[in-house]
Amino acid sequence: MATKNIAGIPVEVNEEGYMSDPSQWSREIAVELAKEENIELTEKHFEILEFIRKEYESGVQLTIRKVGKSGIVDIKGLYELFPGGPLKKSSKIAGIPKPASCV
Amino acid sequence: MKKILILGGGTGGTIMANKLRKTLERDEWDITLVDQDKTHYYQPGFLFIPFGIYTKYDVMKPKSDFFPAGINTIYSHIVRIDGESNKVLLEGGKVLPYDFLIIATGTQIQPEETPGLKEELWYKEIFDFYTIEGSIALREFFKTWQGGRLVVSIAELPFKCPVAPLEFAFLADAYFHEIGMRDKVDITFVTPLPGAFTKPRATKMLGQLLEEKNINVISEFYIERVDNKSKKIISYDQQEVPFDVLTIVPVNMGSDMIGRSGLGDDLNFVPTDKYTLRSEKFENVFVLGDASNIPTSKAGSVVHFAADVLYENLMSAIEGRPLLAKFDGHSNCYIETGFGKGSIIDFNYETEPLPGTFPLPGIGPFGLLQNTKMNHYGKVLFRWIYWHILLRGKELPIESEMSMAGKKL
Ligand SMILES: Cc1cc2nc3c(=O)[nH]c(=O)nc-3n(C[C@H](O)[C@H](O)[C@H](O)COP(=O)(O)OP(=O)(O)OC[C@H]3O[C@@H](n4cnc5c(N)ncnc54)[C@H](O)[C@@H]3O)c2cc1C
Repeated sequence: MATKNIAGIPVEVNEEGYMSDPSQWSREIAVELAKEENIELTEKHFEILEFIRKEYESGVQLTIRKVGKSGIVDIKGLYELFPGGPLKKSSKIAGIPKPASCV
Repeated sequence: MKKILILGGGTGGTIMANKLRKTLERDEWDITLVDQDKTHYYQPGFLFIPFGIYTKYDVMKPKSDFFPAGINTIYSHIVRIDGESNKVLLEGGKVLPYDFLIIATGTQIQPEETPGLKEELWYKEIFDFYTIEGSIALREFFKTWQGGRLVVSIAELPFKCPVAPLEFAFLADAYFHEIGMRDKVDITFVTPLPGAFTKPRATKMLGQLLEEKNINVISEFYIERVDNKSKKIISYDQQEVPFDVLTIVPVNMGSDMIGRSGLGDDLNFVPTDKYTLRSEKFENVFVLGDASNIPTSKAGSVVHFAADVLYENLMSAIEGRPLLAKFDGHSNCYIETGFGKGSIIDFNYETEPLPGTFPLPGIGPFGLLQNTKMNHYGKVLFRWIYWHILLRGKELPIESEMSMAGKKL
């Protein structure tokens, strides 16, 4: 656990850079986190971030397929917005924990 | 007469029928079980058929052999559950009312979900090993195969028996060694996961085994489609893996009937309270096994452990008491690793698979996260236990609740 200054705000993150407290998240923080992944956020990105935050809060297990069925983008579109590991990257930028599979 | 209706007479439905008929008074409770198929398949055995270790006769028995006396069985396709009016509709228009419902319709493969999968090459050079048909077709194929690129891949998560594709790769390695053509076969394991398995320590142990056995791993590969012409699988981010034979775990989904009933999530799994095993939507509906969305393995061992909890809670519900039994997600899987050896993992919602001994601390006889001959015998024995003890709802010398005894942190 470490504290990191993001967009001028001290934010708790874990070893892999995922935020520990999703309630600290803001659009400004998202923009900074996205830069670290070389992603420039558009409104489409934000729609997805809001969607996965909502799903996370309601305790749903997130999958790429689920986001692909959200009506915001299809799976291919998701890969284009968050290249290389869309679920991990979007979760990180959305300030929620790294998606874990729970077989 | 009050009515308990069990949908699905596979592992879970059969166990529940046996448990309930033993205790519920026959003149008070009517138990009915519906399944569309008269044959019970020992699904873990599908894995051994392609390599000629089992034949279909080792894995098929009449379902009725395992049902207790004193229940009604109906062999029919279930069309829809109407949870609001406590009724189930069968093909042909028959309507079954219930006081309590147990959903145990499992999960099935849906190759149609992946474009190109079920086309020209299906059961010619593309196979599943999750159905009797797929396993037998693959057996026939291997008999004359001259070698080349064998790709073992997983289409989507979750899928039942999360170690099965790994076991398949290990068994393939051993098989081609034994028939003297391992040098002609290139085995590649392609997974959407970041590594061989989901949890860290098991991933490490199994990843090392794959390496030792010279099995290539391509991780974080999320398959979009199969190109039958160029014989490649293609991911959403345009990676390509060529194959000569593709053996795949297609998308796993709950029964269509769950979707039609408005009871499922996006993969037709039923949202279920992971502790009480009751449906999140209806108080008199319980869900057992692969059909539910609880966050643990979809495996026969889980069904067996969960059945104890479901039984207790159903009894409480019948008597109007609060549901106090809690399922901990206990899962216990033997992993066949080839050459007469095996491994075993034991875990639950909270604890990842850890090394140690099982079930007796310090004694075993099984070695958790180890590769031993004894573990292989465990797997061999499992088939006998499955037919004779597990399905009949009898007790096994293993507690439903996972134990930390014998595990090393
Ligand atoms: C290759 C392979 C290897 C495996 N290895 C292992 C292992 O080593 N260890 C282990 O513990 N588990 C293993 N499993 C998993 C195990 O077999 C399953 O998890 C278990 O059988 C699930 O039980 P269930 O009762 O939930 O579903 P099932 O046993 O699949 O039963 C579902 C039943 O519902 C019926 N049904 C479904 N829909 C309808 C409908 N609409 N109308 C009427 N009937 C319907 C089906 O006909 C079926 O009989 C393996 C599975 C596979 C495929």
